[in-house]
Amino acid sequence: MSTISLIIGPQHPALHEAERFLFKVEGETVIDVIPRIGYMHRGIEKLMETKTFVEGLYLAERICGICNVAHTLCFAEAVEQAADVEVPPRAKYLRVIAHEFNRLHSHLLLLGVAAELMGFETLFMLFWRDRELVMSLFEELTGNRVISAYVRVGGVTRDISPTLADKIKDKLPKLYKRIERYKKVLSEDPTFTTRTIDVGYISGSKLLALGAVGPTIRGSGVKIDLRYTDPYEVYDEIPFNVITYKEGDSWARYMVRIDECLELINIVLYALDHLPQGPICTKVPRTIEGEGEGRVEAPRGELLHHTIWRGGVTPWRHRVRTPTYANIPGVCEMFKGYHVADIPIILGSIDPCFACTDRTTVMLLDVESGTKKTMTIGEIKKKYWRR
Amino acid sequence: MGIVQWARIKSPWILHFPSPGCNGCDIEVLAALTPRYDVERFGILLKPSPRHADILIVTGAVSKQVAKRLKRIYEQMPEPKFVIAVGTCAVNGNVFQGSPFVYEGVDRVIPVDVYIPGCPPRPEAIIHGIVTLIKKIKGGGNGGKK
Ligand code: SF4
Repeated sequence: MSTISLIIGPQHPALHEAERFLFKVEGETVIDVIPRIGYMHRGIEKLMETKTFVEGLYLAERICGICNVAHTLCFAEAVEQAADVEVPPRAKYLRVIAHEFNRLHSHLLLLGVAAELMGFETLFMLFWRDRELVMSLFEELTGNRVISAYVRVGGVTRDISPTLADKIKDKLPKLYKRIERYKKVLSEDPTFTTRTIDVGYISGSKLLALGAVGPTIRGSGVKIDLRYTDPYEVYDEIPFNVITYKEGDSWARYMVRIDECLELINIVLYALDHLPQGPICTKVPRTIEGEGEGRVEAPRGELLHHTIWRGGVTPWRHRVRTPTYANIPGVCEMFKGYHVADIPIILGSIDPCFACTDRTTVMLLDVESGTKKTMTIGEIKKKYWRR
Repeated sequence: MGIVQWARIKSPWILHFPSPGCNGCDIEVLAALTPRYDVERFGILLKPSPRHADILIVTGAVSKQVAKRLKRIYEQMPEPKFVIAVGTCAVNGNVFQGSPFVYEGVDRVIPVDVYIPGCPPRPEAIIHGIVTLIKKIKGGGNGGKK
């Protein structure tokens, strides 16, 4: 049978962002995939070098709007390490609460989108209805629905009021019950299970070799979670379980996320009960000399910000490594041998976020002709960067 | 008012083009379609193909790489067509201003009818933007005056 090429993207209803995949298809079966990433490239890492840490925080937040708290937290951790600042304990707890809220909304969003991808509109609407509850609590806590700059270098921007804490304690257990019900739907309803069980299987050892992170690899039975393996903030004081599933298919990756939703509600409630008193912010010097590294478990996996300051008000170099970028080789393996109709579901199961992925693509790869064009930093500076 | 224009006002179909912003606006556009805000009750439907759409919603800053695609999608839409720029990125580039890879606003690439500022704008603001556009269409393109 002859092979044909199927192009999906850059604008495609199954991709909620501009990105292109070239599938080599034989009949109904996918035999090879060539991703073409880079459409979302905005030059953030270079732009970061022109900003102080106060401005840079807003830029870091806008790497990805869905997991914005993870990015600000990671950025703040890196700069705090470079400046050698210790954050007050109350701020650490508040950061954990905002971070987990962010994860909750991200997971509910993905599960809803997954239901939509398989044509299960009702479940999509139900997930997004309950997500609105999270959004309104997040808004009361931080001041905005999505992007809020809640974490700042040295602490957080707002304190939590006792009435809001009571409100969260009242609302979240109700949400817990609803999510439990959805978990039952996801594990029993044939509309969901027949589309996902044994679709996109990949083994844990292969994913480890390909460098996958986050819920993607936890769905193949590998217990990697930065909150557990390398605790940051106050995760070493909070008891929680790391969710893993052994199956390794798309179903397992979705189930990891819904179980994490239940787990993180417990984390938030525990953190609210054990919130210490004290200040919520410390002062950070304006000029910094040093090197810092922030590692955070973002909703999609491990996130890294690495920053080097050489005594100025702006960083000398800031490097970001995002989870979806690490998961792309893994997902390309998952497609192989499955049907064209399964493509959106498999892609959805890694929770792709291409806004994260594309920041500094220096290599320009032409997929059709296979020619590579690499530019040196000097060439880029001459061509694009006149400041 | 002819029957075509009457029908267009009652049920504008939208196409969502996510260009390289941060996704914050994309999820707010999607949230506007879901139960709490529910724009479908006004007959506004999200369509997957540019050939079915009346309104193009662009979120995020336009990078040099997607500019060509965006133009092509705009050209594929049937006349008359309208463009809404959602979010400060689409209005003027936001924090990405000064990056050599990003245009400072969608209007550098395709004509825009309604601008919705905000980072990200709330779903209510997005609905208000669409309603403003509908008023504009009703008034023969006269900036929403009755
Ligand atoms: S306007 Fe703000 S929320 Fe919208 S895409 Fe741009 S940075 Fe993201």
